[in-house]
Amino acid sequence: MGSGVLCIAESAGNELKKSAFELAGVGQRLAGALGGPISGALVGEGISGLVEGLGKRGLPKVYVVDDAALGRYTSDGYAIALKAVVQAADPAVILLASSAMGKDLGPALAARLGCGIISDAIALEVVDGKVHATRPVFAGKAQLEVEPADLPVVVSVRPNVFEPAASGDGAAETVAVDADLTGEQIRVVVKELLEPEERTIDLTEADIIVSGGRGLKGPEHFHLIEELAAVLGGVVGASRAVVDAGWRPHTEQVGQTGKTVSPKLYVACGISGAIQHLAGMSSSKCIVAVNKDPEAPVFKVADYGIVGDVFEVLPELIKAVKEKKGL
Amino acid sequence: MNILVLLKRVPDTAAKIKVAADGMAIDPAGVEFVINPYDEIAIEQAIQLKEAGGGKITVLCLGPKAATKDIRTALAMGADEGILLVDDTAGRDAVATADALAAAAGDVEFDLVLAGWKSVDTDDGSVTHFLAAKLGIPCVTLITKLELGDGQVAAHREVEGVTEVVEVKLPAMLTVQKGLVEPRYTSLKGIMMAKRKKIDERAAEAGEPKIRIRTMTPPPPRPEGRIVGEGADAVPALMQALSDEQKLL
Repeated sequence: MGSGVLCIAESAGNELKKSAFELAGVGQRLAGALGGPISGALVGEGISGLVEGLGKRGLPKVYVVDDAALGRYTSDGYAIALKAVVQAADPAVILLASSAMGKDLGPALAARLGCGIISDAIALEVVDGKVHATRPVFAGKAQLEVEPADLPVVVSVRPNVFEPAASGDGAAETVAVDADLTGEQIRVVVKELLEPEERTIDLTEADIIVSGGRGLKGPEHFHLIEELAAVLGGVVGASRAVVDAGWRPHTEQVGQTGKTVSPKLYVACGISGAIQHLAGMSSSKCIVAVNKDPEAPVFKVADYGIVGDVFEVLPELIKAVKEKKGL
Repeated sequence: MNILVLLKRVPDTAAKIKVAADGMAIDPAGVEFVINPYDEIAIEQAIQLKEAGGGKITVLCLGPKAATKDIRTALAMGADEGILLVDDTAGRDAVATADALAAAAGDVEFDLVLAGWKSVDTDDGSVTHFLAAKLGIPCVTLITKLELGDGQVAAHREVEGVTEVVEVKLPAMLTVQKGLVEPRYTSLKGIMMAKRKKIDERAAEAGEPKIRIRTMTPPPPRPEGRIVGEGADAVPALMQALSDEQKLL
């Protein structure tokens, strides 16, 4: 039986994502408690240069599948490659980020390995040698503590929850793994990528989110949300009401039928706080609400509230943030 | 073109969730149950494909006996037949669910399996992958557009703001995201017709869970917040809180 922890590192634009450092942090703690080795995994094309960055975060060994067939993400390609890595590393726990990619890859990998998956963990502990994980359900209206019936187990970890491993002067040994990939094994063919004019970070991984609701009165006023998000260095979110009304794309929806998010700062503007919206954002570290109704439910979860009209408060707030940041 | 659609009965997203006294599941008292909103989109897409090209739609559901009502709703929307795998055990995980669904899917002829990309109760999103693996078919998640070709489908997947255009040969599993199609309301005629449609009810195959539930708890309470002020005048107080107390600015 395997031992230790394998951290599947995600990268974008030839840079490691912050989630990779978060996995390294929680992975080292788990590996220590389980008494096994810690290692990293990198799959893709031309990604061998990223090994060093993982070494600095305390992963002494990194398994790499560098293959032209992995230039674009496919669940088949990546899961086949990672299965080969798992066979080489023989870990007890396989960690990956519960990012847009991880939500697809995690179960695909678990299915190929024939093991279970714990999705979107927000706490991980080792109790009497066993892994206990906490994961939100009902978009955060409740949470489950679960344990794997057997090992290995795949665990996807919610981004922005665990402390990233500090950068040090560690170095990593590269272990090249040949996954023997053939074109036919990748059954889903990516024909094309339609890039938006401006590529934004996914809501689930954003540090700062500024969301707008019906209080904005119409899509033409969302520039206020966009401006505030821009000056704060965050991304735009939206309530279900405005997505259903067609003001904003569904990709921006925060809530039980949208995205469940845990940013450092969540600013809810003109959102009264329907229960399904609150569920999706109440694990944010700091919540600010601006709403003209002092009885709005959103104030019950907010750390700081301003009772007021978004059309008066937001321009002033944008100005103040600009001044503070010297923009 | 025959389509198998997966359906799950879940608490309405507007419902307050309370943990039951045993601390292992939710207390269903006073909770309204509905078709998982993403599965509803899958049902609608199946009906639109059938309206365009014919075929048969079978709805497969694992759940309590009360889920008959939800299957009936899908039949009223336009699906042809239902299968209910009666399962009252709490704590069935994704693997055990997929095992039971796979056993039943073996009796159905299909070219395409459609389902919501996740259910809004467990928020897991892995049953479809496990089921696809069991059935030996590829799985394409989070689709927002679907075009039927000759023995294959083209689909759009939205991932991190980028739209992937993918192709996959049939049979395949496709899981749907909001934005694909708008589910229709049931008509009186549809409801009347659904009464005559067949729902095959049988016990769900027992399964071995790979993940065990230890406890269910309410989320930890958030620390008490405060109103920093009213209107634009409150902005300096907010700025101070965000920079001095939270170190965010």
